[in-house]
Amino acid sequence: MKVPSNSLFAMAAVAALLAGCSSTKLDETPVETRTPIPTGPSGGSGPGGGASTGTAATTTGTAQSSVAAVDLSRSAGKTGAVAAPLGRVVYFDYDSFAIKDDYRALIDGHAKALAAQRARRLVIEGHTDERGGREYNLALGQKRAESVAKQLQLLGAAEAQLEAVSFGKERPAAAGSDEAAWAKNRRAELRDR
Amino acid sequence: MITKRQLLASMAALGLEPAAAQFRVEVAGVGGTQIPIAVANLRDEHQAGAAVAAIVRGDLARSGVFNLLDAPGTLDERSSTPEAQRTRGADALVAGSAARLADGRIDLRYKLWELPSGTELLAQSLAVHPADVRLAAHRMADAVYQRLTGEAGVFATRVAYISKQGSRYALMVADADGENAQAAVADNEPLISPAWAPDGRELAYVSFNRQKAEVWVQELASGRRRVLASFKGSNSAPAWSPDGRELAVTLSRDAPAQLYVLPREGGTPRRLTTSAGIDTEPCWAPDGKTIYFVSDRGGGPQIYRVPSAGGQAERLTFSGSYNISPAISPDGRLLAYINRQGNVFRVATLDLANSNARLVSDGPDDESPSFAPNGKLIMYAARSNGRDLLMTTTLDGRIKTRLLSSTADLREPAWGPFQR
Repeated sequence: MKVPSNSLFAMAAVAALLAGCSSTKLDETPVETRTPIPTGPSGGSGPGGGASTGTAATTTGTAQSSVAAVDLSRSAGKTGAVAAPLGRVVYFDYDSFAIKDDYRALIDGHAKALAAQRARRLVIEGHTDERGGREYNLALGQKRAESVAKQLQLLGAAEAQLEAVSFGKERPAAAGSDEAAWAKNRRAELRDR
Repeated sequence: MITKRQLLASMAALGLEPAAAQFRVEVAGVGGTQIPIAVANLRDEHQAGAAVAAIVRGDLARSGVFNLLDAPGTLDERSSTPEAQRTRGADALVAGSAARLADGRIDLRYKLWELPSGTELLAQSLAVHPADVRLAAHRMADAVYQRLTGEAGVFATRVAYISKQGSRYALMVADADGENAQAAVADNEPLISPAWAPDGRELAYVSFNRQKAEVWVQELASGRRRVLASFKGSNSAPAWSPDGRELAVTLSRDAPAQLYVLPREGGTPRRLTTSAGIDTEPCWAPDGKTIYFVSDRGGGPQIYRVPSAGGQAERLTFSGSYNISPAISPDGRLLAYINRQGNVFRVATLDLANSNARLVSDGPDDESPSFAPNGKLIMYAARSNGRDLLMTTTLDGRIKTRLLSSTADLREPAWGPFQR
């Protein structure tokens, strides 16, 4: 393909402009090595907010108690793989950090797996819906993540195996500004490290 | 030659928004307090390579202090008093000229007259590098503003904000009028909470690049950056002390969200608050002795203050169940924050001397207030037609301007200091 020489010149001009701005580029290519993990009714919520639409049908009450399939591709190569399929998303009510009884089995399962393998590490990511300030939501998401982490510890996981972090409202699982979307975004995701 | 379209297309290919955005006056308040002023186009303005008079006019209009009138294009800094006096209806007149010097610099000369007396209030010459003509125009506007109001102008300052275009985040630094925007950091992971160092040379911000919230500090001129806080859990909400030696941050290392103070070089954090709930969004008083912050220790989030050396916290906001994002005016007297009523989030101010609260923005999704360094304007983020944009307002809420990008969401403005 023939590139017009003046657009090359334009590119060079932009490059020069960029050099002049001392702009630091992080992560030039969107490298994401994490295996997609089924995350329950919200669908895969990988970085960049690529919310899947394929699994968005479960917006009714069952959404909160559904259990997603375990990520077999991740555990297959490891000894003592998790025996039962475990969900990886805990959903919360508005302005709440209380873990609903529906998630007791999920958290107990992860805690037992961690207790059985002390080398395993788990990151708990807290998220909020879009309403309210960014920093305050970051703290709310942190509270959700910490409440799951605390429960995991009570059920046998060691503190050193866990890190609770928050994305606040920055990484929603579902787009939209209605209660259906908000309910999917008020969550904590459990990720192997 | 490069056409403008080709340049813009090339910039778009690199994920940059065109730097054509400028704050536009949206709501002109009615009142007798505005000074009528005429700013004539410079003689030989094409020599300057920028629309200098238009930049000055835009700056003065955005301040809310001036009412801009047409000026005859035949005037310049050598015009006689009778010539200047022919400008009708104005209390002040600015006119001047542009010339290219032998060494390549641009010489901008101008005068400010008081009308109808014809008294000369200001006569200046600014010889600058061609790349600094816009900055020189802002300095002209600053000088005129200062001479006529007695207050320092903020037109030559900069603002930082976050832009989000698709899945691309950038920490941008632009002139206070929104022009000349440049990316300091770009990433595919979220960036939030930019905070200026008091010397204007560094920005602190929160990056999720390593899959958790970490506080970074970056020198703007060189792009050199360092991680300031990366403790277990989340690290966020950086705020510089007025002397630039320390930063207050929110950490989750001991509890979900508490305030700490760190040396600017990093190191061991000193815990500032101890509550059972969330303490976040620290903001230093100009004297460095007090830190304002948000806490939900009383139930919903409210604004408190605590001595920066540690001590008892005192609650400041009582109206409404949700008050967040405190910003303090440069004189330390006025607190700006976000107030929620129902589902409407607006910028409010609280006079710390008499506890008078006042709503200064219209909502419904306003965020992140930040004072201009002269304390006369507040910049904040708003949402309109599904797009995040930046606004400025005068303290009385009367005159607002907006900065809207057709391609990106603009958020979390942080108005830089006088120094740059």
